[in-house]
Amino acid sequence: MRNRPKGCGLYVHVPFCRTRCIYCDFYSTTGIALVGAWIEALRQEMLLYEADFGRFDSLYIGGGTPTVLGDGMVARLMEALHARFRFAPDCEVTIEANPDDVDQARLEAMKGLGINRVSFGVQSFDDRDLAFLGRRHTAGGARKALEAAIGAGFSNFGIDLMYGLPAQTCERWLTTLEGALFFRPTHLSCYQLTVEGRTPLSHMIGRNEASLPGEEEGRAFFLLTSRFLEDRGFVHYEVSNFAASRRFFCRHNGKYWSHVPYLGLGPAAHSFDGLQRWWNHRSLKRYVEALARGRKPVAGSELLSEEQLELERLSLGLRTRRGIRLPDLPETALPLVHELRKARLVRVRGNRLSLSRRGYLVADSLPVLLSRPSSPRTRALSMP
Amino acid sequence: MKQIRNFSIIAHIDHGKSTLADRLIQYAHLVDDRQFRDQILDNMDIERERGITIKSQTICLPYTSRNGVDFELNLIDTPGHVDFSYEVSRALASCEGVLLLVDASQGVEAQTLANLYAAMEHNLVIIPVINKIDLPSADIERVKHEIEHDLGLDPEEAVLCSAKEGLGIEDILEAIVARIPAPSGSAEKPLSALIFDARYDSFRGTIVTCRIFDGTVAPADTIRLMSTGAAYKVEEVGIFRLVREPRKELTAGMVGYLISGIKTVSDTRIGDTVTLEANPVEKPLPGFKEVKPVVFSSIYPVASDDYQSLAEALEKYKLNDAALTFQKDSSAALGQGFRCGFLGLLHLEIVQERLEREFDQSIVMTMPSVQYRFHLTDGSVVTVDNPQYYPDPVTVDKSEEPYIRASILIPERYVGTVMKLCMERRGVNSHLSYPTPGRVEITFDMPLAEVVFDFYDRLKSITQGYGSFDYEITDYRESQLVKLDILVNGEKVDALSVITHRDRARERAVRICDRLEDEIPRHQFKIAIQGAIGGKIIARSTVSPFRKDVTAKCYGGDITRKRKLLEKQKKGKKRMKQVGSVMIPQSAFMAALRTSDEE
Repeated sequence: MRNRPKGCGLYVHVPFCRTRCIYCDFYSTTGIALVGAWIEALRQEMLLYEADFGRFDSLYIGGGTPTVLGDGMVARLMEALHARFRFAPDCEVTIEANPDDVDQARLEAMKGLGINRVSFGVQSFDDRDLAFLGRRHTAGGARKALEAAIGAGFSNFGIDLMYGLPAQTCERWLTTLEGALFFRPTHLSCYQLTVEGRTPLSHMIGRNEASLPGEEEGRAFFLLTSRFLEDRGFVHYEVSNFAASRRFFCRHNGKYWSHVPYLGLGPAAHSFDGLQRWWNHRSLKRYVEALARGRKPVAGSELLSEEQLELERLSLGLRTRRGIRLPDLPETALPLVHELRKARLVRVRGNRLSLSRRGYLVADSLPVLLSRPSSPRTRALSMP
Repeated sequence: MKQIRNFSIIAHIDHGKSTLADRLIQYAHLVDDRQFRDQILDNMDIERERGITIKSQTICLPYTSRNGVDFELNLIDTPGHVDFSYEVSRALASCEGVLLLVDASQGVEAQTLANLYAAMEHNLVIIPVINKIDLPSADIERVKHEIEHDLGLDPEEAVLCSAKEGLGIEDILEAIVARIPAPSGSAEKPLSALIFDARYDSFRGTIVTCRIFDGTVAPADTIRLMSTGAAYKVEEVGIFRLVREPRKELTAGMVGYLISGIKTVSDTRIGDTVTLEANPVEKPLPGFKEVKPVVFSSIYPVASDDYQSLAEALEKYKLNDAALTFQKDSSAALGQGFRCGFLGLLHLEIVQERLEREFDQSIVMTMPSVQYRFHLTDGSVVTVDNPQYYPDPVTVDKSEEPYIRASILIPERYVGTVMKLCMERRGVNSHLSYPTPGRVEITFDMPLAEVVFDFYDRLKSITQGYGSFDYEITDYRESQLVKLDILVNGEKVDALSVITHRDRARERAVRICDRLEDEIPRHQFKIAIQGAIGGKIIARSTVSPFRKDVTAKCYGGDITRKRKLLEKQKKGKKRMKQVGSVMIPQSAFMAALRTSDEE
């Protein structure tokens, strides 16, 4: 990403949903009554970190479903954040929105609070898909919400979509894509439906109640999506992400992908300070309890070794159009690079290597192959 | 002083040797019955898993005979597989007698005979023991008949027992003290002790197991190893209970251990004689039967950086396995490694497993080879056990390969299938004899190379485990040999090259290509696998590429989760070897190595 952010990223996890979708494994609870306790704890957590991070130039309010919070609650949250932290004047401020929760008035109110980017969790413009996924809204509801965003004056909004759903054909998926493009979004996230462990979807798959496309179909969906959107001027800048132009690359997510420090507040949120990563309790109860006792609500942490950093750099970098630095690769990786170029899976521009459209498809196996061989451990030799 | 008896148990595989050893130990009450583990001497995981004994172990059992005399019985456990006849011979040289164990239902087997001959070579007193008499299929009379006719021993001297049920254990102990002679030798003579085993202890250095024939050794003595002349100060001597038990001294007749600050592994030689620097014995003890490796394979570290660590591991390993030989080797595909010599394929597999388990090495092993001989046009003769040194074919006048005399003992009903197997393996000059009714001994002349692969496994499987096999190397015979190369995406994988008989080359090439096709994981691109003799491709297969593996989501800031998956992948990569752009898993090398007839 050319306009790589200098500042840090701030994430706030809103762990509430009115209903749970069958595929989602992000942490959330339907116990909306706990919102008060959550925001109180969140304020405490802000106090613990106020001095640790510099200026933020991206704020991302995600979840969960942030829009289950009422206007007043969002205002309290924004006030609290501004009271504790410093933000750049051009800070990207995103909120994730469920189409069902917002109308033009609400969106205008959010805009008034400094929110300048909305990410709509639409998933599909086909009601059959939405019913399968357990979404609350309908395609009609999604259209209304998007119109409201335009009406409220949002010039920068994104739409999240999903493909590879049971019974979804390429034609049906194209209809959804076209449905989204109609609103001229600046950003599209197109995720292939992935089965996560211990979700209702995984149980359905286990019981053979649903089946998902195989490798070849998944590949066809992926290539179709990429071609279709790039033909219409979008930049396929990350495996699952498209932007209308470079200007609209998601600045906040870019930080996750390039090891820029970020602070995550709220239950289950992850943080990274450049060397160390830590994550909060994946339980609102434990999160609140820890903070009530004045403790950091941290469930675990890790200090990244050089080898781990390399692996992450490769895996995150290869998922993006920006790619990785060629000179960083070990010599042992060069025959593979050569073969990958021959197969047109990678391209090399200057000293950077990035994956082609077909290369994105095999991005998961490449980081390990391109990484430096593990350094030999020092071993204690002993005999029985 | 207590009376001493030194003995060993020899048996065909599965005739219950380890179980009998367990019972003898239990009888001596060295361990609480509740703490007792089966096969207590087999303390390596791999021995327990495979139910075989790889390393000889020694244990000193206290026993008070029926007439009230106190004895110390040194039991030297021995391996039971044909590959380990060397270890058997070392153990036998330290004994005065053996228990020759025969299964009451299986009767005398090929190895029983081989073991008997080995014991006779060492002039040992032989006590036949018929084991497993509790089995419904036990046929004691028939086995007695076999003992008389096949082994030429007095069947009335046989002791009956069931090691499993603990029957007849005391009779065996009585037979040991009554029939096996006390060790001769004098404590006053100059020290003369035979090293028959050694192991490495990370705290104590080399722990040498030896049999004292003459003389006395005690801490603070200075000993000399006769083959190298190196001198060491003795730190500790003692005997083996289940753990080492220090003693003030070891004297003539005893079996025990010496710790003497021998730090460098190469200073200890199995078969060497230990004497005292101050009062040395004139002549070393007669040497052990020297066994030469017959199967050769190269071992490479999976990660080239681990070469040094592999070198150290092999050095330490060799302490416990004198039969292994190794020297430096290198390969374009696999980097620096070692060319190793083994007693057989089982030995090879055991070395591999132990290097991995006990020494934490990730290794790749090349195709096993025998030692071939080439007569060149200039009149010289070269011996080659490594396909890398295969001579230029135009300079070869005549090529030869080693032959064995295989002897196979089977129930009569398997004659047809076993004959067929031997013929497929280029067996010639067969001979059938009927040592006892219903049982056939087949002998064949066969190339050793044909046996090196999986002959024994195949034999066991087609005879449902009833076939027993033994062999000796006889001579070299002329043979049409070629070098088969394997290419992966056009790159020759030198480590997969193999010397083979011309008529077997295509078949082998096809199998190796197929195995590699199965074992090389799909890559991001197509992989061609070819078998070639010189420039001629004789077999080919393809690994088609995978086309999608990317996961859609990167889980927000939870990069850790993603990385953990990659770290798991990377661990797998440690067991892979890069050839050009292709990652070949170690399992592919192993699978290619196991070229069996079955598929």
